[in-house]
Amino acid sequence: MSRAESRAESRAESRVESRAESRVESRVESRIEPRVDSQVESQAEPVGSSGVPAPRTPSPLWTFGLLRSELVTTFRRWRTLALLGVLAAVPVLVGIAVKIETSDGSSAGGGGGAGPAFMSQITNNGLFLVFTALSATLPFFLPMAIGVVAGDAIAGEANAGTLRYLLVAPAGRTRLLLIKYATTMSFCLVATLVVSLSALAVGALLFPLGDLTTISGTRISFTDGLGRALLIALVVAASLTGVGALGLFVSTLTGSGIAAMATTVGLLITVQILDQIPQLHALQPYFFSHYWLSFADLMRDPVYWDDLVKNLGLQGLYMAVFGSAAWARFTTKDVTA
Amino acid sequence: MDAPPATEPDTEGVRDGIIRTRALTKRYRGGQLAVDGLDLTVPAGSVFGFLGPNGSGKTTTIRMLMGLIEPTSGTARVLGQPMPRGTRAVLPHVGALIEGPALYGFLSGRDNLIRYDAADPTADPRTRRARVAAALDRVGLTAAGGKKAKAYSLGMKQRLGLAAALLQPRRLLVLDEPTNGLDPQGMREIRSLIRELASDGTTVFLSSHLLDEIEQVCTHAAVMAQGRLITQGAVADLAAGIRGRLVVTTPDTGDAARVLKEQGASDVTVEDDRVTAEPPDRDLAEVNAALVTAGVRVRGFGVERASLEDAFVALTGEGFDVAG
Repeated sequence: MSRAESRAESRAESRVESRAESRVESRVESRIEPRVDSQVESQAEPVGSSGVPAPRTPSPLWTFGLLRSELVTTFRRWRTLALLGVLAAVPVLVGIAVKIETSDGSSAGGGGGAGPAFMSQITNNGLFLVFTALSATLPFFLPMAIGVVAGDAIAGEANAGTLRYLLVAPAGRTRLLLIKYATTMSFCLVATLVVSLSALAVGALLFPLGDLTTISGTRISFTDGLGRALLIALVVAASLTGVGALGLFVSTLTGSGIAAMATTVGLLITVQILDQIPQLHALQPYFFSHYWLSFADLMRDPVYWDDLVKNLGLQGLYMAVFGSAAWARFTTKDVTA
Repeated sequence: MDAPPATEPDTEGVRDGIIRTRALTKRYRGGQLAVDGLDLTVPAGSVFGFLGPNGSGKTTTIRMLMGLIEPTSGTARVLGQPMPRGTRAVLPHVGALIEGPALYGFLSGRDNLIRYDAADPTADPRTRRARVAAALDRVGLTAAGGKKAKAYSLGMKQRLGLAAALLQPRRLLVLDEPTNGLDPQGMREIRSLIRELASDGTTVFLSSHLLDEIEQVCTHAAVMAQGRLITQGAVADLAAGIRGRLVVTTPDTGDAARVLKEQGASDVTVEDDRVTAEPPDRDLAEVNAALVTAGVRVRGFGVERASLEDAFVALTGEGFDVAG
């Protein structure tokens, strides 16, 4: 603190001095003088002993400082807020649509169960809007938002040139990648929670709340239902980590943020389409989106864990594979942007 | 050549150059040879000018020194440590401005610096705000510190980039064209800032294409062309390597040219009222006396010293085309 202040003072002084000097000095003098001076100095005293600060040791907590900086930087971006805004709007639209459709007394989704899961139950209990909104956004809106944030994570910094300054700071490549990864994961969680909370608020405003019936037909209390809603939100967030890992890997491959985002979202759509083709059923269990909708099994009583576990295992596999691929790529890459 | 172990003490390595490269070579994946067998030695405490036409490999060299790209072969040592392996130990002591500033447009100037400081493992978060304020003050951006960086002019961005390099006391500053985009006032301030830093003992590695600038602030210089190092040494020696030209100003140009040739001067050329020539190997006072004896009315007589620009052009060639 005090050192910085005193430096600032001496700097201000010497700046004034040197300005005044250089104005008075003729050009010829200024050409010769500094050269001679500093040459003599540099010969007289090796820099190792003159005014060089003692080696600074890293604070053990600095990683968290950088993580905080990364989180703040990500969540302060207008683009991130716009993505979250779109996600928050989905439950509002679904809620209003259901309210209008059922205002004449008919049941929602009455034409044979088309539309997202749990749709028909919303009118009985607003809490079901959370489940409906999550199943409506999980196939596309949520992973797209993740794809944008993950795809931009490294490539966007490279594109803006800020990556080279982070690396010479030096943030450390492995550490920077881990921090980007943690930030992407946090965004998965925040995005899912935004959808859930928005749905909960809309559901509570438009529809009655109370005890609810599980898929298995048993009744659970509202508090128990809230607990399951939170659990489902966490599982949905975890379901997105695979896409996040994929996006981050793509992000290390290119120097263009837009290209990385487009590739990630393109892969997402491709996989979703391939998941619908019956001839590919042998491959489908390895698609990151294959078990996404298994979160509905948490609404069974007792909970049916098989697909949930497969989903989480698959996401873990994606994280491991693409996480290591991203690490291998990023730590050896020439940063020329 | 000596090959000291990687664990040698810091000061030992610095004694023979704060930056030292041996046969440093970079061939990009396309096969293009960007830097070819570079042997560069930057003495500690110097202000080192790094010159070369566009595309001569300056930036690639700087990127290798900063551990951003891996050399194809050869070694680079910065502060005595091999790069890129020593980045964690070395780079906290190095402030860098590489290929212009890069900023987060959606953050204010101050927040940009806070972010870069947070990326430095050795930066103390408790003094962060004070150091950021001091750095902003140092480059004259205190008033504009709260403005979003995307609203900055090129010169302001350049200043902010410099501020980022000055967040901590540094042993080495690597500045790639630091006065690019600055107004004359700004250039002058940056130059005096560089002198001031150098007098504090900071070694400054300055890449620039403004020869005037190099000549004014640098003690040493190196010239690159087409990926190769053409020369390096003290600035005074570089310019001295080129002989000055004898210049006679006179209305009697014809007679003057004849007498100069008689006196042994070569390459005599006449333009308007000036006769210039390569000076002969004899006392110039006698040459002048001969002119006057021959009835040449001499208005001016002297040797024009070669500028660094002459030296530079002599070394890299006149051609304007960028090497492919």
